[in-house]
Amino acid sequence: MNQAFFALLKSMSESLRDLLPIILVIAFFQLFVLQQSIPNFIDILTGTFFVVLGLTFFIYGLNMSLFPIGDSMAHAFARKGSVGWLLLFAFALGFGTTVAEPALIAVSKEAAAVAANAGMIEQLSSARHSYATNLRYTVAVSVGLAIVIGVLRILRGWSIHYMIMGGYLLVVIMTSFAPEEIIGIAYDSGGVTTSTITVPLVTALGVGLASSIEGRSPLVDGFGLIAFASLTPIIFVMGFGMLV
Amino acid sequence: MELLTEIVNSLRYTVYDVIPIVLIIVFFQLLVIRRPIANLKRVITGFIYVLIGLSLFLLGLEKALFPLGRIMAEQLTSPAFILNGSENALSWQDYYWVYIFAFAIGFSTTVAEPALIAVAIKANQVSAGTISVQGLRTAVALGVALGISLGSYRIITGTPLHYFIISGYLIVVIQTFFAPRMIVPLAYDSGGVTTSTVTVPLVTALGLGLAESVPGRNALIDGFGLIAFASLFPMITVMAYAQLAAFRAKH
Repeated sequence: MNQAFFALLKSMSESLRDLLPIILVIAFFQLFVLQQSIPNFIDILTGTFFVVLGLTFFIYGLNMSLFPIGDSMAHAFARKGSVGWLLLFAFALGFGTTVAEPALIAVSKEAAAVAANAGMIEQLSSARHSYATNLRYTVAVSVGLAIVIGVLRILRGWSIHYMIMGGYLLVVIMTSFAPEEIIGIAYDSGGVTTSTITVPLVTALGVGLASSIEGRSPLVDGFGLIAFASLTPIIFVMGFGMLV
Repeated sequence: MELLTEIVNSLRYTVYDVIPIVLIIVFFQLLVIRRPIANLKRVITGFIYVLIGLSLFLLGLEKALFPLGRIMAEQLTSPAFILNGSENALSWQDYYWVYIFAFAIGFSTTVAEPALIAVAIKANQVSAGTISVQGLRTAVALGVALGISLGSYRIITGTPLHYFIISGYLIVVIQTFFAPRMIVPLAYDSGGVTTSTVTVPLVTALGLGLAESVPGRNALIDGFGLIAFASLFPMITVMAYAQLAAFRAKH
């Protein structure tokens, strides 16, 4: 019991160390640059305590659950040898975790507002709603495809270099044809799709797959799934902007 | 009492968020893999820890850091603060506190980003300790810090976003050929993981605040794009970190 308590204290102090920079930055700017006292001090204190506690629990649970699940499913699929199911799983994981992502919902709403202001769609709430929904599904499908492509790459042992570079080349080419209003949103949508729970799961899946297939290195072949998941939304959202 | 309701609410949102993931895992586990998960009890306990942890984390951010960070972003970008009594037209140098703030907040929020911690732990395990957790996180955080400062400069000067992004990609492509092979996939990945729970809300507030207060900028067009900077520059710094390490090992 005592030992567990000390382990908890230790990981809490690590979490505190992780958060210390933010606290220092905010305190410095608040006190020296903006020269204002910190409002709602008690709220800030409880909030910071929650953040520390939450990060501690998250990291602790990560090693018990998300990593082992991703890893064991990767091994099970590799043993089973059915590529079809694995790819379906990859798509479902990418699509399912993205479509309900709050950050994505927020971004697609803003994008609909931009499109309406630019006269690309009508200034009606129904038009904006359907634009936002379509955009959200576009991004979710693109992330699903990204994980499928990434998993295929691990299975086949393709080099990631040329795939990502090709992807960026496509982004560059599409940038010159896409409507200007959509470009910023498209670039940003690549960053918002990968949530805190998806990342560990997908990383464990990739590394698990690479380590259960002979001739693959977990480091060289196992990573890279997230990279695809941040690249394809840019392409798809620009494509969406060009079509709509 | 009120606090308890807030905790329950936060937990509920997190649970809604992960329901699709749980359903997908259960579906494939039961119908396709058809094998019990090893240490099921431990996995479920761990999952509950993850849920509780994430809920408390988000609630704490919402209570403490986000409101403060947003107010600060607004104040630092407000004309009253930047003009500071002078009547001259503003040039981009007058925004120096904005760049410093952008750098500092980009660095510090990235260090606390849970998804990045997860990837760094995994990379450390897989590389048998060659890639240190702290080293990777620092390299990524530096990248985000540089990216956000440069992104703020872009909003202030109004330079088109794609000039920066395309030159950034060009650097990534060139580095890819020279960086140690094992770091490349990890570097590409770190672009995507940097921007989630902690960084996005604060950075978005900064971008929108800037685009609203700098004369001649449109919040809807110029306010976006900071996230793109934050995902591009970590690739450059992570590869640079590995290149530097390889260079020092050689000499």
